[in-house]
Amino acid sequence: MTAPIQTGTSTDLPLPGLRSGTEQVPAADGPQTGKDFTSDQEVRWCPGCGDYAVLKAVQSFLPDLGLRRENIVFVSGIGCSSRFPYYLDTYGMHSIHGRAPSIATGIATAREDLSVWVVTGDGDALSIGGNHLIHALRRNVNMTILLFNNRIYGLTKGQYSPTSETGKVTKSTPMGSLDHPFNPVSLALGAEASFVARTIDSDRKHLTHVLAAAAAHRGTSLVEIYQNCPIFNDGAFDAIKSPDTKADAIIPLVHGEPITFGARLEDGRGSKALVRDTASGGVTVVATNDVDAADILVHDAHNEDPSTAFAISRLTAADYLDQSPIGIFRQVQRPTYDDQAREQVSAAVEQASNDGTADRSARLAGLIGGGDTWTII
Amino acid sequence: MTQTDKQVKQLDRVIIRFAGDSGDGMQLTGDRFTQETAAFGNDLVTLPNFPAEIRAPQGTLPGVSSFQVHFADHDILTAGDAPDVLVAMNPAALRANLGDLHKGATIIVDTHDFTARNLTKAGYTTSPLDGDTLAEYAVHPVDLTGMTVEAVKEFGLSRKDASRAKNMFALGLLSWMYGRPTDPTTAFLTKRFAKVPDIRDANLAAFKAGWNFGETTETFAVQYEIKPATLPPGTYRNITGNLALAYGLVAGGVQAGLPLFLGTYPITPASDILHELSKHKSFGVTTFQAEDEIAGVGAAIGASYAGHLGVTSTSGPGVALKSEAIGLAVMTELPLVVVDVQRGGPSTGLPTKTEQADLLQAMFGRNGEAPVPIVAPQSPGDCFAAAVEATRIAVTYRTPVLLLSDGYLANGSEPWRVPAVDELPVIDPAFATEKNHGSGDDAEFWPYLRDEKTLARPWAIPGTAGLEHRIGGLEKGDGHGNISYDPANHDFMVRTRQAKVDRIADSIPPVEVDDPSGEAKVLVLGWGSTYGPIGAGVRRVRKAGYQVAQAHLRHLNPFPSNLGEVLKGYDKVLVPEMNLGQLSLLLRAKYLVDAVGYNHVRGLPLKATELAHAIGELVGQAEGIDIDLGVWGEPTQKEHI
Repeated sequence: MTAPIQTGTSTDLPLPGLRSGTEQVPAADGPQTGKDFTSDQEVRWCPGCGDYAVLKAVQSFLPDLGLRRENIVFVSGIGCSSRFPYYLDTYGMHSIHGRAPSIATGIATAREDLSVWVVTGDGDALSIGGNHLIHALRRNVNMTILLFNNRIYGLTKGQYSPTSETGKVTKSTPMGSLDHPFNPVSLALGAEASFVARTIDSDRKHLTHVLAAAAAHRGTSLVEIYQNCPIFNDGAFDAIKSPDTKADAIIPLVHGEPITFGARLEDGRGSKALVRDTASGGVTVVATNDVDAADILVHDAHNEDPSTAFAISRLTAADYLDQSPIGIFRQVQRPTYDDQAREQVSAAVEQASNDGTADRSARLAGLIGGGDTWTII
Repeated sequence: MTQTDKQVKQLDRVIIRFAGDSGDGMQLTGDRFTQETAAFGNDLVTLPNFPAEIRAPQGTLPGVSSFQVHFADHDILTAGDAPDVLVAMNPAALRANLGDLHKGATIIVDTHDFTARNLTKAGYTTSPLDGDTLAEYAVHPVDLTGMTVEAVKEFGLSRKDASRAKNMFALGLLSWMYGRPTDPTTAFLTKRFAKVPDIRDANLAAFKAGWNFGETTETFAVQYEIKPATLPPGTYRNITGNLALAYGLVAGGVQAGLPLFLGTYPITPASDILHELSKHKSFGVTTFQAEDEIAGVGAAIGASYAGHLGVTSTSGPGVALKSEAIGLAVMTELPLVVVDVQRGGPSTGLPTKTEQADLLQAMFGRNGEAPVPIVAPQSPGDCFAAAVEATRIAVTYRTPVLLLSDGYLANGSEPWRVPAVDELPVIDPAFATEKNHGSGDDAEFWPYLRDEKTLARPWAIPGTAGLEHRIGGLEKGDGHGNISYDPANHDFMVRTRQAKVDRIADSIPPVEVDDPSGEAKVLVLGWGSTYGPIGAGVRRVRKAGYQVAQAHLRHLNPFPSNLGEVLKGYDKVLVPEMNLGQLSLLLRAKYLVDAVGYNHVRGLPLKATELAHAIGELVGQAEGIDIDLGVWGEPTQKEHI
């Protein structure tokens, strides 16, 4: 017996008393529909591409977000998924390879009234743009990064990517790739990202739930989306998508819930469970019936310490993806870079106002004519 | 401090160079002397010169740091070719700078560090103070360190700390020699060391002791007087290029009514622009120290898209890293100011030395046809106006603009007449607020529908309802701005982007030629920081009785529209540059003019005397005469030039 991935309710941030990711973004005047967010551009991904499903999910989710269309900005880099902004009738920029997080940082820091989204892929975010990704995460700039992970280079026609399994045979690696892959969730947790989640292109409900939580989070939200490339890496996610295998492949993470998966036991729990491995400090998979219920790891996405979330992320299969935790790994609040940058500016403006005037023109003469001066008549 | 009874000799200009180990505080000493000189009212130009290493090996030639200041009772253009006075704090400082002195120059040496060990480090086998190595100079061997330690002993400092005040002793001595006002330095030291009273008092005591030593010792028989210069009326301050450039960016933001966003990564010699702008948040300035050069420019582009004035500051290696992003700004047609404080290259090159070798990188250093306007300041103070101009072009024409300063401008200083704010141009960002194509229910916003006059596209910022649109690096269809792979459209858009940049020439003044007699056959054309040496070289040639015309370019792309006509008016065109002929190449290509290069890449400004000879030679060829510059060809020439 299998069950849909649980979504839970307790992860619908903002947590009580905390600031929402969109609190300074103006709300829409009235109800919106998916059509309002659909641009007039023809969508040009390959037939069967997982990007279509994500696009549809986003287009149907955005009306629920309830923000003014003109206050939403999608920024992308280069790659198949990076065409995304063209298909949404919001503001958008299709930028250059790997740099979308830096451009989004400028946008988000400049304007508190915008909901800023980054659409990127495994090559864009983790290879050429790896540096920008980790620095955006550590700064905690208020933006949501959708990382489409198809574990292959699509736009350049089929070379291995930084998330491809070691030994992958591609056009550029006829004898198998030698690279050890990145686990995007582990990487993000290592960079102390404040919101880290993983979802699947084909599970509209879970995807939408994660998007809502990510948008509500104030800070950088990283959402890894497993996305099938039917042309160059078809079937990469079959184990977690197939009704026959997904119960064993997906480890569902729900805040506050004991983590079990696999075929359902009579009590509704999965037949496998996560427990702490005191020897290694990590987390390990055991048969649910072999352990005390009290020893089963209860997922705590709000734990300030990312160590357990990291340990859970290590349960992701590195080769063929027949086991992967799915859900919100981490969701904690810490000050955002952009809020603080704006606060410094507004504090300085206020100080200047108290000292004289906030009018910049009036103060410019004082600035350039300051220091030691002398006058020649 | 009391005035002296010693003989006072009038001079019209003096060049002093303070040289010591990079830990000896020579930059501070030079800067203080400069501030005193500015307060006194002389015209001045400075040339700091220091190693890239923060603390190069002590006592060695590579560790020598120097600061040259040229000041006069009339307007001057350069920091001077050959110092009249060298203050050398150790053997290495003497050896490293001796070759630049003219015969008869004054050398003040701190004898304290002339130990066997230090002499060896500097490559001397015997002390140059013994024997007649320095016979042609007026040498004053003084135990500056010893006297400093003696002067500050009441403060109970360690010998090391006590001797560190020797630079203030030297400053006091030189301040006496040239009748500098001492109040500015007293006030400076009091403030700077307010939290460490012992150090403050020791520095003040050393400074005063240096002055008193000059006044009482028989070693120095003459005090010199250089009367204040007569400059155009106005309020003046001494300013470095980096400071003026930072102020210019603040002013550009204010004049455009835009918040300023600096996305940058620290790099010599541009970092001071970041440091300065980070102090001016009250002007709506956000400074973002990014993880790398690319993220710096990326964030600036993002900020511009969001409606700020996006700026990124760097040096040549950083421009190389930013190239792809600058191309994105060309394609998306967003305002962006890219500041390149040029330094010696290629690669890491000479980080603390000056050069002008990024002109072609600025012009062509991107993939595809990616024209970028280029603006260059000509003096430290002029960095202000150049930054305002770069902002005007970027905002008005929706384009990245390269602002080419250099290491000499960045760290050098000069008296700057502070402009009145109402003299500054008003810059209109003219944000798009309404749909611009079709009407009624069919009305749309077309992000690439251009202004007929400027060819600029509309700047519609997020938050503007009804103008939602997507831009990016892919080729845009004319007008509507959707992705287009159409061959004819690409050809049209490439030409249109070029035409937009070319059209900037309509908004810039014609290049002015300084040709007093109107009979010169030779034109000297320069750009950037060579303005001073070229002007000084031209003055020498004219003083010697020959005709020569001078012009200087503020805009390198596009050129002023009259430049072709100007070039045609002269038999010969000399183009001095601190590169191997980059402007010459552009002039030859565009105007088919046989530009003659005068090129040095020594990491230092061109020398006026050498330039005078190069100009003279060309004047001789053009007029078919023999040229004799006489005294005007000598670096020691002391008359008004």
